[in-house]
Amino acid sequence: MASETGPADSYESATKGSPETVAEFVHQRSAVHRFQHVLHQTPSLVPLIVLLAAVVVFAALLGSKFFSPFTLTLILQQVAITGIVGAAQTLVILTAGIDLSVGAIMVLSSVVMGQFTFRYGLPPSFAILCGLACGALMGFINGTLVARMKLPPFIVTLGMWQIVLATNFLYSANETIRSQDIVEQAPILQFFGESFRLGGAVFTYGVVAMLLLVLALSYVLRHTAWGRHVYAVGDDPDAAELAGVQVRRVLVTVYVLSGVICALAGWVLIGRLGSVSPTAGQFANIESITAVVIGGISLFGGRGSILGMLFGALIVGVFSLGLKMLGTDPQWTYLLIGALIIGAVAVDQWIRKVAA
Amino acid sequence: MEPILKAKNLVKRYGRVVALDRCDFDLMPGEILAVIGDNGAGKSTLIKAISGAVVPDAGDVWLDGRKVSFHSPLEARGAGIETVYQTLAMSPALSIADNMFMGRELRKPGIMGSLFRQLDRPAMEKFARDKLTELGLMTIQNINQAVETLSGGQRQGVAVARAAAFGSKVVILDEPTAALGVKESRRVLDLIRDVRARGIPIILISHNMPHVFEVADRIHIHRLGRRLCVIRPQDYTMSDAVAFMTGAKEAPEMAPEMSEPAV
Ligand SMILES: Nc1ncnc2c1ncn2[C@@H]1O[C@H](COP(=O)(O)OP(=O)(O)OP(=O)(O)O)[C@@H](O)[C@H]1O
Ligand SMILES: [Mg+2]
Repeated sequence: MASETGPADSYESATKGSPETVAEFVHQRSAVHRFQHVLHQTPSLVPLIVLLAAVVVFAALLGSKFFSPFTLTLILQQVAITGIVGAAQTLVILTAGIDLSVGAIMVLSSVVMGQFTFRYGLPPSFAILCGLACGALMGFINGTLVARMKLPPFIVTLGMWQIVLATNFLYSANETIRSQDIVEQAPILQFFGESFRLGGAVFTYGVVAMLLLVLALSYVLRHTAWGRHVYAVGDDPDAAELAGVQVRRVLVTVYVLSGVICALAGWVLIGRLGSVSPTAGQFANIESITAVVIGGISLFGGRGSILGMLFGALIVGVFSLGLKMLGTDPQWTYLLIGALIIGAVAVDQWIRKVAA
Repeated sequence: MEPILKAKNLVKRYGRVVALDRCDFDLMPGEILAVIGDNGAGKSTLIKAISGAVVPDAGDVWLDGRKVSFHSPLEARGAGIETVYQTLAMSPALSIADNMFMGRELRKPGIMGSLFRQLDRPAMEKFARDKLTELGLMTIQNINQAVETLSGGQRQGVAVARAAAFGSKVVILDEPTAALGVKESRRVLDLIRDVRARGIPIILISHNMPHVFEVADRIHIHRLGRRLCVIRPQDYTMSDAVAFMTGAKEAPEMAPEMSEPAV
């Protein structure tokens, strides 16, 4: 090193002969600390544990009335729509946003599918495509306002919620399309309501759609560049931009995809209700956010896994049905879910401390 | 010799703050150019204007004699300019490998990569591990650990390794040793020389005068948003440089040959 003679370097020569081995910390970590680390790496573990515990408790209390393929798959059917909308919500919340318009987009898209078929006589499959396109368009508007105009997602989607819902009522003239008409003329609209049996278990295609969607998104988020970018944007958008992520493009695609998934939920909704009703799905917003939060996904963005959201949705489903079967006042369900939400956020904060 | 990177009359205002005030800049092929200046002098803003992180209000930038105007760091990176920003630009929750390849991920060969867009994790992890070992940064036990679980110095090491590994035209380092220990700083200085040995010029922003005087071929002194002068380390002492930088001493006239040094 030429600089060794320089006065500036004299103190550096003191490092000569220092052991080259790297500091190795003997981690006398407590079990709690290790658990915290595991959770940091696998954030969906907490909701999974809670879910399994809930199933075990209700199985113990209710026996085979609850712990049967039929009842357990009934829970899946009941959470199918929440799970699909929750998938859309997950994407947005991972970018540190929130989408209050998911329910409205779902309903408007289902109305478009129904009305395009029955009012304009378009082929039902084409009407379905139009419904999906409608969801994409709503998502695009959300995404553009958030990414290009830099408006806060909460405000943008709060506004879009009202706008889309009002559009839905104006366009549909508050008119329900009856189930019989759909059965006769456009059964494909009810496709996701059809079911098949595997032993005692009953699956609807809506349940299958939800599971496939969550698994596909889980793969995309974990194993593709786009998925990594979604996390990076939610983590720290400025850093992501400097590191070479096209932040605005990622945001727009997230909201568009969220819109399309909501439209898919609209199609599944028709299958579940049998009819097309502009007043359906009023609670999809809050249910999807609940599933996401209980699922351990951070509202601050960039952390959590979509599987956690699925577990979160299932936890709500298990509590609702289990408590109903026990014959308790439904208010107990809300009380417990409220406690779970707060508990989940507390756990999220605790896991974050791992870095500190 | 023509500068590989040149800027003229760069202006950048933040509200009423003028961060860059008709600033000029030259980087010669193959050189290490240090940029020094007080806090708030506008050094970071200058390199951000060059690397596409901010768009200057006025002024032009030339790369390799061709006029460029980058609107994002990604564009500058595409042109071969790699930057370690003062803030490091890392995603805390993501792994070291994810961070090193942010925006230029490797995909699996074959249909898994082309159709299913699957990332080639093993390849990315191997590359990241190799680069960190070169930097002597294998205090890091696990390449998959989240960046937020690293110490400040380790994070800085990862950022420097990322820039050194990918820079093909110019490498810009904004205070790369600010958080580093004695040994680690030494490694970064060695790495800077390695990068120059590959023929890639480096812009080094630093407040550490001994480091600057040790590695720099030329020193760009920045004051109040503009280039005050450029000196050669062998012509002046560190105290002179600090005196120019703080305004305690009149800066020397810029010698005409300073813009065309014999490297
Ligand atoms: N994003 C910003 N918004 C507003 N003002 C800014 C912003 N970035 C920089 N400035 C201002 O521009 C001026 C130059 O800042 P800059 O970061 O370029 O300084 P610097 O020379 O890098 O300082 P340091 O040595 O402390 O890193 C400062 O007065 C600062 O307050
Ligand atoms: Mg700076």
